[in-house]
Amino acid sequence: MREITYAEAIREAMSEEMRRDESVFFFGEDIGIYGGAFGVSVGMIDEFGAERVRDTPISEAAIIGAAAGAAVSGSRPIAEIQFSDFISIGMDQLGNQAAKMRYMFGGHAEVPMVVRAPAGSGTGAAAQHSQSQEAWYCHIPGLKVVIPSTPYDAKGLLKTSIRDNNPVVFLEQKLLYRKKGEVPEEEYTIPLGKADIKREGSDLTIVTWGRMVSMVLEVADSLKEQFSIEVLDPRTLVPLDRDAIVNSARKTGHVLVVHEAVQTGGYGGEIVATVADSDAFYYLDAPVKRLGGLDIPIPYNPELERNAVPTPEKIEQAIRDLMA
Amino acid sequence: MGELTEKQKAQALKTAKSLSNDKLRDMYTKMNHVRAFEDKVAYFFSRGMVHGTTHLYSGEEATAIGALANLDDEDLMTSTHRGHGHTIGKGIDLKKMMAELLGKESGYCRGKGGSMHIADLTRGNLGANGIVGGGIPIATGAGITLKLRNEGRVVVCFFGDGALNEGTFHESVNLASIWDLPVIYICENNQYGMSFSAKKSMNVDDLSVRAKAYGIPGVTVDGNDIFAVYEAVKKAKKHALKTGPYFIVSETYRFMGHSKSDANKYRSKEEIAEWKDRDPIPRMRAILVETGQFTDSELDAIEEQCKQDIEEAVKFAENSADPSVDSILDDVFAPSN
Repeated sequence: MREITYAEAIREAMSEEMRRDESVFFFGEDIGIYGGAFGVSVGMIDEFGAERVRDTPISEAAIIGAAAGAAVSGSRPIAEIQFSDFISIGMDQLGNQAAKMRYMFGGHAEVPMVVRAPAGSGTGAAAQHSQSQEAWYCHIPGLKVVIPSTPYDAKGLLKTSIRDNNPVVFLEQKLLYRKKGEVPEEEYTIPLGKADIKREGSDLTIVTWGRMVSMVLEVADSLKEQFSIEVLDPRTLVPLDRDAIVNSARKTGHVLVVHEAVQTGGYGGEIVATVADSDAFYYLDAPVKRLGGLDIPIPYNPELERNAVPTPEKIEQAIRDLMA
Repeated sequence: MGELTEKQKAQALKTAKSLSNDKLRDMYTKMNHVRAFEDKVAYFFSRGMVHGTTHLYSGEEATAIGALANLDDEDLMTSTHRGHGHTIGKGIDLKKMMAELLGKESGYCRGKGGSMHIADLTRGNLGANGIVGGGIPIATGAGITLKLRNEGRVVVCFFGDGALNEGTFHESVNLASIWDLPVIYICENNQYGMSFSAKKSMNVDDLSVRAKAYGIPGVTVDGNDIFAVYEAVKKAKKHALKTGPYFIVSETYRFMGHSKSDANKYRSKEEIAEWKDRDPIPRMRAILVETGQFTDSELDAIEEQCKQDIEEAVKFAENSADPSVDSILDDVFAPSN
């Protein structure tokens, strides 16, 4: 099968949906001729023109709010926020407006919009350009939250997100943009709310998402002689495939959650709770553990930055502790 | 004090004569619907008969009704926390609106939104808003939809003087300007953002000068003169369809406090009395009589009918069921294929 990068997969998803549906348009900062800060949208303006691929001023509140307004009036906008950290500037429009419209209006509105934004550390961009804030969005009823870990997932999930009739926060992973993976030429979509078992195993379940998935897979492979590790990627945190997590926990009896976001208040707590208050609890052989980022802003120095989030060494240690 | 200037009056008479009696009747009816609706809601609140809070539009009717008289059902609108006037102006089922105020299942939002979240997408009403300045980006985004579809429709975006100092105003009007979006931004300067006066919160007298910063036209109108508002928005609509966004500051005043908790400590009785002298409803009435298009008794009958309509809306609301607790989880998400 052909291989393309994560960034190319996202571009293909947007372009295919824009060809398929006239009501889809795309806007954000430097997405036109520049092609986006990470080159995701290179060439799109040539195909679709400046009306449907709109360069915006640096106005995140207006971008997110305008997406909501365009969506509620019949368009299907894709808004790019250059770094997910900047979503906070438009947070009222996302959390108080887009997310709540349908419920507040008694079901008389649809808000089909996608906010795409790159998240995560590892680029040396320091504290305001490196965060993983997925838990913020998961805490707002009315938002769907998607975090793809492979080019295949990115394409299939983005196409579904664009077709979804609700606001979707689509968190891309900066360090994955240039990673290649198999993506079929023919059309496919991936439903939201369906976890993917990235690696089957019988001793331990690791629930992880985003860029941590590939790191966890490498550690799992390196320990294959000692532990049979199952790696479960929920892919979408809202809706969350709780059944898949519970079933895997029941099977292995050991659960570790690994995520890049700071541990305190992170979504890992929700995963742990999902296991703890299900009947999988009775199958557990050890407490359910979390390994998240440290409770600090992301530091600049490369070695400090690397250690602010889970590393292969820390993941291995967490596995050994849990299985001891 | 309460009189229109000679020039204003001449224009008002001219505008009234240019409009059909049916149109004027509709406008006068809506003015009185708003007033009667708000009087009733104020009464309910004073008696503790509804919970939560509400922001009444009494005194500002000419702005909403004069502006929206230029719109069709297909045109769009965003409103504010003080949204009852806009909601009635855009066209609404008063019964379902009152039912929503009382939190009933038969209300516009099935009892889930209340006063600050009434929307009617079938009539282009994209919703009231609990956040100051919150609707401005939404109106702007709706403007993108209309621009892309090129169907000759406009968006009217209402907000108060308080919203002028929110970042969303700046970001949104700038966006509309560079993209030539068909959005009419109407600032209802009712002189106070809760207790803080517009004069204290901004160092400019004529707020419409802010339009210059975005390279779009800006005008100030007497917001208690429905004909002045009508003409300004008529012009703005033409401009919006042909060229792009337009900014109107409508100078008006809320007769009631900011919300039910307001003791009016920040403004004087004299000031309130002065503005009540400029009540937009008697002003409109005087013009309609002077042009000879309506008699006093015809207008009395309209006012009486409006009060009755509100009584019927109350009856409908009171006889409606509360939503079932079983519905509490409904409508967080829209179904998707």
